[in-house]
Amino acid sequence: MSALEPMLLTIITASTPLLLAAIGELVCERSGVLNLGVEGMMIVGAVAAFGTAYTTGSPLLGIVAGMLAAVALSLLFGFLTLRLMCNQVATGLALTILGLGLSGMIGESFVGEPGVKLSQISIPMLSDLPLVGKVLFGQDVLVYASFAIVGLTSYVLFRSRWGLILRAVGDNHTSAHALGYSVLRVRYLAVMFGGACSGLAGAYLSLAYTPQWTEGMSAGRGWIALALVVFASWRPGRVLIGAYLFGAVSILQFHAQASGVTLPSQLMSSLPYLVTIVVLVIISQNRQLTKTNSPACLGKPFSPDR
Amino acid sequence: MASGTELIRAKGISKRFGETLANDNVDLCLNKGEIHALLGENGAGKSTLVKILYGALEPGGGSLHWKGNLVKVANPAAARKLGIGMVFQHFSLFEALSVAENIALALPKSVPLKQLCADIIEVSGKYGLPLDPTAIVADLPVGIRQRIEIVRCLLQEPDLLIMDEPTSVLTPLEAEDLFKTLTRLADEGCAILYISHRLEEVQRICHRATIMRHGKVVGACDPAKETAASLAQLMVGGDVHAVDAGAQAMPGKALLQLTDLNHAGEGAFAVALESINLSLHAGEVLAIAGIAGNGQGELFDVISGEVKTKAAYDINLLGVPVGRRSINDRRRLGAAFVPEERLGHGAAPDLPLSENVILTRHASDKDLVRAGLLSRGAALRSERRLAAQYDVRMAHENPEARALSGGNLQKFIVGRELDRSPRVLVINQPTWGVDAGAAALIRQALIDLARSGAAVLVISQDLDEIYEVADKIAVISRGQLSEPAPKDSMNREQIGLLMAGLGEAKQAKAGKGH
Amino acid sequence: MRLELEKRAETSKRMSVLSPLIAIALTGISVTLMFIALGVAPLAGLHAFFVEPLTSVWSWEELLVKAGPLVLIAVGLSVCFLSNTWNIGAEGQFTMGAIFGSVIPVLYFDFTSAWALPLMILMGALGGMVWAAIPALLRTKFNTNEILVSLMLVYVAQYLLDFLVRGPWRDPDGFNFPESRLFDAAHVLPKFGDGRLHLGIALAVVAVLLIWFLLAKSLKGFEIKVIGQAPRAGRFAGFSQNRTIWFGFLLSGAFAGIAGLSEVSGAIEQLTPVISPGYGFTAIIVAFLGRLNPIGIVFAGLLLGLSYLGGEAAQVSVGISNKMTNVFQGMLLFYVLACDILILYRLRLVRSAPAKEAS
Repeated sequence: MSALEPMLLTIITASTPLLLAAIGELVCERSGVLNLGVEGMMIVGAVAAFGTAYTTGSPLLGIVAGMLAAVALSLLFGFLTLRLMCNQVATGLALTILGLGLSGMIGESFVGEPGVKLSQISIPMLSDLPLVGKVLFGQDVLVYASFAIVGLTSYVLFRSRWGLILRAVGDNHTSAHALGYSVLRVRYLAVMFGGACSGLAGAYLSLAYTPQWTEGMSAGRGWIALALVVFASWRPGRVLIGAYLFGAVSILQFHAQASGVTLPSQLMSSLPYLVTIVVLVIISQNRQLTKTNSPACLGKPFSPDR
Repeated sequence: MASGTELIRAKGISKRFGETLANDNVDLCLNKGEIHALLGENGAGKSTLVKILYGALEPGGGSLHWKGNLVKVANPAAARKLGIGMVFQHFSLFEALSVAENIALALPKSVPLKQLCADIIEVSGKYGLPLDPTAIVADLPVGIRQRIEIVRCLLQEPDLLIMDEPTSVLTPLEAEDLFKTLTRLADEGCAILYISHRLEEVQRICHRATIMRHGKVVGACDPAKETAASLAQLMVGGDVHAVDAGAQAMPGKALLQLTDLNHAGEGAFAVALESINLSLHAGEVLAIAGIAGNGQGELFDVISGEVKTKAAYDINLLGVPVGRRSINDRRRLGAAFVPEERLGHGAAPDLPLSENVILTRHASDKDLVRAGLLSRGAALRSERRLAAQYDVRMAHENPEARALSGGNLQKFIVGRELDRSPRVLVINQPTWGVDAGAAALIRQALIDLARSGAAVLVISQDLDEIYEVADKIAVISRGQLSEPAPKDSMNREQIGLLMAGLGEAKQAKAGKGH
Repeated sequence: MRLELEKRAETSKRMSVLSPLIAIALTGISVTLMFIALGVAPLAGLHAFFVEPLTSVWSWEELLVKAGPLVLIAVGLSVCFLSNTWNIGAEGQFTMGAIFGSVIPVLYFDFTSAWALPLMILMGALGGMVWAAIPALLRTKFNTNEILVSLMLVYVAQYLLDFLVRGPWRDPDGFNFPESRLFDAAHVLPKFGDGRLHLGIALAVVAVLLIWFLLAKSLKGFEIKVIGQAPRAGRFAGFSQNRTIWFGFLLSGAFAGIAGLSEVSGAIEQLTPVISPGYGFTAIIVAFLGRLNPIGIVFAGLLLGLSYLGGEAAQVSVGISNKMTNVFQGMLLFYVLACDILILYRLRLVRSAPAKEAS
């Protein structure tokens, strides 16, 4: 029991950034836009959050800054892919390369500085419950937010008119345009939501996961988030499950070492990436599933013919 | 009814796309309760005009009066608000969504889904267009999909309903039901703008007609008082092209044989081919009629070899079982193929024409590729020869394929294959979306090829075309092919019944989707 | 004012050449603005970044040393990208090439025959191909997204290298440093000039010529372009998409692998935990800046190679971070992609902005 609690806590910490980034990308892809720049937006979010929290002392301001910085990058991506109809794959890659470069430059002076840790919000009474109390009700605001965002996204996507329009745009942009919906506006908003969530994920990394700045600290999590969306076949509930499964895998190394397993640490470190590949293979093998669930317009440029 | 009060008046509408003037100072006027035909060939500018009326396109100039008031229709939502509904030729439906969700998207504001479902059932019942609101569109056949579009418009109680080529996807029987619904709507006072190039149905149901050619209005008339020939004259202008069918010699031996061909089809929405038998002889043109999406594309793919069948022996080409052979093996044997889609299938859009010659002839023409290396000179010479022989008009020497108009590109693609003097030619929708002059040239070329001793298989949705070129006709319906019969022994009615599935061996799936 | 795009009837040949130059100019302007924002005199900054590294013979050679692997990897990638196959794991294939190629110098260091070097180059190619075969196999067999798989394998390759140089391949006489043994002279690529320039640059030149010939003259090159531009037309021509995916991955994997081997055998002369400043990713930019054309890639490779040196030089002489290099590269790719639109469209600024779709 005493060993279980820290394990659950670390799983939550490892899963939250994946969950945040993946849910944002899910909304983006549901609107028909494939943004491969999650990694870049995440790391810029991380450095902006760290820098702001470090200079102002306020982690909350840091979160806001992380979000804004990532949204700014997502707008750049949106302008190129939506307005100029650039190839989404190449532009997403460019966003990642630029994000990694920018964050390295901005963050150079923060390397080695002590960070500001996001404080936990214990919900009175509930957090004192045995076993699950601290795990469920003693988390920081971003963990709570991640759950709220997943719930809200699921509700909006499938129960509201907004969500209906978003799904319609992702399914058939020509029809949506013919019916009078502004495809580009919907997609811009979805891309920005994706950016905001990636920014939150980045903020979580530099304010909660390891409250400090190291270059390249996103370590491929943005890419894993992209894989998670495929794994979840574009459903928010499954993103939640997927993110926690991956979170669990990625902390395996610490617990394996603690329990005396003597596999090379590099093997344990590469496990999340290997698992991602295996999972992608399993999911994509079922073509029916991916075909019917993936938004039909994913990755296709739209030019309003007026 | 044609003498009712004025509902909509468009004056001087113009619209330019790049170099072409799609609408040139167009006037159009509709009264309440009339069914008004908008006639014209493919590319005459009909779709552009109605998209402007519906707010889906921004006019380059001109004015719109609705019920006597000057209006500006900024977007489709505004059009719907005024009371204009539109059923698109290529449906504006969302395949992954349910019927009710599709309809909700066209409504101005959010309606609780439960209530909407009830409304749908009520309205669709009232007009004889039954629908299941919870069904997913991807699972529904074309006829039902059109119903969704119509019900979607009717729920908003429109004053004007625009229908763009509605019968092009329907069997004659389904079209009959549609005509009843439209007549009933008109009787209730709703005006209908009916776009078509099918003269017969226009004469049957329309009160007035406006005729367009090359982006301009060239006439207006009461279709009932005209003959089909006079309407056709108006539509295509002075140049009505006649095709000389020539005399068919005694058919020679079978050059292409399909024997109990079965094919499951790829992907979720493909049509499965079921025990198809066919024998195509030297010297004849055999045409396969059918409504779009009944397995024509799948049949073309297996005959061409783009998709291989399970057994080698179910396709026999010039005496060789080729079911497992590649498309280039079949070309080397002497077969040629022209697919339905010109850009992106028959030709690579961004490559110059000379390289598009290489596209289908690299395996069969010895001078185009030597030891794995391209001979661009030879390709360019072929391209020049084709352009001259088949009257391919282009702005400059050797342009990219996408720069050509539909008709010129089709002449090039057909010419590219004819130039090889194939012994078997398989062509899918030879003149779809092609101007009248090019269509006549292509049809004549197909007949001439057959008369020279080759075998020609034409897959077409256009019955006029089929009667023009075919010696024998077969009908494809839900992946099954009827017994080919001589043209003279088949009238349009019989073909219509076969299209509706009366020739199918298996009727078990008929209820699917209802 | 609003921006309007008008589709051209055909691709503009002039813009195909001009668009990368416009992108470079725009990047230059942005860099200048950044210098001003950072409080650096813009002229001094630009001089330090772009001119200073070219002022001595030594640094010209250094430029070629940096450009070599970039060009070699990028010409391979261009074949992939032309066929619309997305191999973005060249960095991993580079690493695997280095590892495979180091088998002889690390484990069989006694094998010093003249055959050792050719064998090492082959092993390097093999390493890259093995790593590239994984995404190709999964894509063609299971339709698995090759972007994610090839990228994930970058991390795995780097961990494998880390494991080797800290574990089994660590130099027994290396005072516990995470490094392999120094390569024997027989296992080091021949050098030219002042001693930095090695055979790797010659391999890159050969690769450029090969790929130029392939794309411009051969049916295979035609096949690659058709499959990339119009897959359905490619199938109609009898070309196989799967075969093209395999071809692109194996070729680019081999080139990246050779680049990796050249780097460890020509420049570093041993295996270390970090053997690349991100050549595999920068090569993606090189490929696009060169408009996927082998000749264009040569110039693009030189410019991006210069950006590595320029970053170092600017750090020394005007005191800005050498991370400027990465920012420069990222911005450049953005501008390249944005300017590519000029090839297919005409841009027009239209006055009066009705609140329409186009807003």
